[in-house]
Amino acid sequence: MQRIIKNNEIVDETWHLLPKDFNIDELTNCDDYIVPLQLWRDHSRMLKARDGGLGVWLDADEEAEEIGEDANEFQVIALNFPAFTDGRNYSNARLLRDRYGFKGELRAIGDVLRDQLFYLHRCGFDAFAIRPDKDPYEALESLKDFSVTYQAATDEPLPLFRRR
Amino acid sequence: MYVYDEYDQRIIEDRVKQFRDQTRRYLAGELSEEEFRPLRLQNGLYIQRFAPMLRVAVPYGQLTSRQTRMMAKIARDYDKGYAHISTRQNVQFNWPALEDIPDILAELATVQMHAIQTSGNCLRNVTTDQFAGVAADELVDPRPWCEIVRQWTTFHPEFAYLPRKFKIAINGSVSDRAAIEVHDIGLEPVRNEAGELGFRVLVGGGLGRTPVVGAFINEFLPWQDLLSYLDAILRVYNRYGRRDNKYKARIKILVKALTPEVFAEKVEAEMAHLRGGATTLTEAELHRVAKHFVDPQYKALNDFDKELAELDQAHPGFARWRTRNVRAHKKPGYAAVTLSLKPTGVAPGDVTDKQLDAIADLADRYSFGQLRTSHEQNVILADVEQSQLHALWLELRENGFATPNIGLLTDIICCPGGDFCSLANAKSIPIAESIQRRFDDLDYLFDIGELDLNISGCMNACGHHHVGHIGILGVDKKGEEFYQVSLGGSASRDASLGKILGPSFAQDAMPDVIEKLIDVYVEQRTEDERFIDTYQRIGIDPFKERVYAANN
Repeated sequence: MQRIIKNNEIVDETWHLLPKDFNIDELTNCDDYIVPLQLWRDHSRMLKARDGGLGVWLDADEEAEEIGEDANEFQVIALNFPAFTDGRNYSNARLLRDRYGFKGELRAIGDVLRDQLFYLHRCGFDAFAIRPDKDPYEALESLKDFSVTYQAATDEPLPLFRRR
Repeated sequence: MYVYDEYDQRIIEDRVKQFRDQTRRYLAGELSEEEFRPLRLQNGLYIQRFAPMLRVAVPYGQLTSRQTRMMAKIARDYDKGYAHISTRQNVQFNWPALEDIPDILAELATVQMHAIQTSGNCLRNVTTDQFAGVAADELVDPRPWCEIVRQWTTFHPEFAYLPRKFKIAINGSVSDRAAIEVHDIGLEPVRNEAGELGFRVLVGGGLGRTPVVGAFINEFLPWQDLLSYLDAILRVYNRYGRRDNKYKARIKILVKALTPEVFAEKVEAEMAHLRGGATTLTEAELHRVAKHFVDPQYKALNDFDKELAELDQAHPGFARWRTRNVRAHKKPGYAAVTLSLKPTGVAPGDVTDKQLDAIADLADRYSFGQLRTSHEQNVILADVEQSQLHALWLELRENGFATPNIGLLTDIICCPGGDFCSLANAKSIPIAESIQRRFDDLDYLFDIGELDLNISGCMNACGHHHVGHIGILGVDKKGEEFYQVSLGGSASRDASLGKILGPSFAQDAMPDVIEKLIDVYVEQRTEDERFIDTYQRIGIDPFKERVYAANN
């Protein structure tokens, strides 16, 4: 079972991350699912009526605006990093948190590595599915990389110049 | 000069610790080459032809003598005794060992320096006018704004993995000596009719493979909104800039694709959310930063014209040097002096450790312990008393800094090229040298007058060849090095891109080619016309005809 960094701890994964080509008929009533955006678009009413937990995931080329005001319908929003060098989902994260007020778990999935964790956390991610070949315990260390930051971001609403 | 407080210092010390661990993990095989690459690049570390190259940030070109001595020490202890001033005002070391980089960064941190974001697909070092704060034609001192923007760029969490590199330049004078129109973002502080301060904002300029002069998308941005507006521009770029093709990934391609008007609308839509937020700049912050850039303790002096004129009479070499390398200063009795790093036979922008120590010493004795680097790859002592100019000139001659060629044909902007850089298609330093040797007659050089000659060893354009009055680009043709010549580029206000003259030339033909171009200019010019002016008047054809004419 994959382990996830969540709120600075390592926890076992309990959610099922569904691929883009998932067949809706295979859904069970009680499992917790993170569904691809298209599935949500096509079947939102049915998905909301289920008893299990509901999350959605966005790929790097999908936009936070597509969830927009619906963000808080989800317990989890996962944002995919096809490559750790693809920075688009840093902006999506900030929009979901800062503009749409998403309060649930914001999870980084895909090519997620420890050396990006500090920035990801600043942009509002609180959960990280570290790439399976890497050690999540070591990755936790990187959340402490910097003790001071200049800019306002999701984790610190004031820039340093309003705090120094 | 901005002085770090405990916060600024802690941030760079945290970085040293972080990079030390990243390097350790890379050397231990825990980080793959591919995983380490962006991390080392964002610390200015390239893997080059012979060894790594470390690019140290010189924020907007400002250095203290203490920092300069540290550059000398690093050149001595970790390099082969020299450093290189880059075309973005930074300092590069070409021979450090990867294992030593964390120690070098730790040494840099002791003098408030670092290599943060000097490379990689991120927000790069902010650049400005090398005469900022002292120029007679300055409207607003850009340095406090450079520092405010520098802090905003440093480890910006949302924009560390952009589609491509991102360069911001700020100019505060009537003349644009910071080449802002060929930057990803160009900023120009201005005052509106009510006397309020704001910025003209340009986006989408750049050199490289697809050179573009940027477009102004905002004629007056209130200064309080500066950082929010930068956030908005960068957010639009981070989300919509192309990531499928690195040659089409710069913001200039996005701005062109959308048109500047539509791009501006997207930025404005983002600003609708960001305006008035916590990132809005405050008077207190502006004051806190600006107080580091107040004038040094200038003496009340008069201009020294008569005495200098006498010295000119007695020493023609001094007179020549003064014409080219000494500039008017906003304060009576002072002058700004450019140390030429372009003597013939030395790679443009190269300095030895001993020269760096000498520069630091001169800065202490003649210019309040401070100096600047320029994107033309020279060094400036910005606050020299006019009565000291002759003594300074004598010392500069001893140290090899007095070549009177600033702004002339031999003051060549030149990338390290194929001798060092692994991206280069062709060498650039030997081309610069062969041209300098051909034009070694100072009288002739002075007669030719102002001329920007820029050389890049490949189309990444680090040598800014597109904006040279004469630009030279190294190209690879079936494994052989050739050189393409362009004419008519300019990086100053109303920037323009050079036009390619025609088929490229072999290396040994280059001095002849340049000579023919100059011959055409000298024959055709009217009085007071610079090369670029004559070119703009007569067009490219007379130059083309001369260079490509048969049997000559």
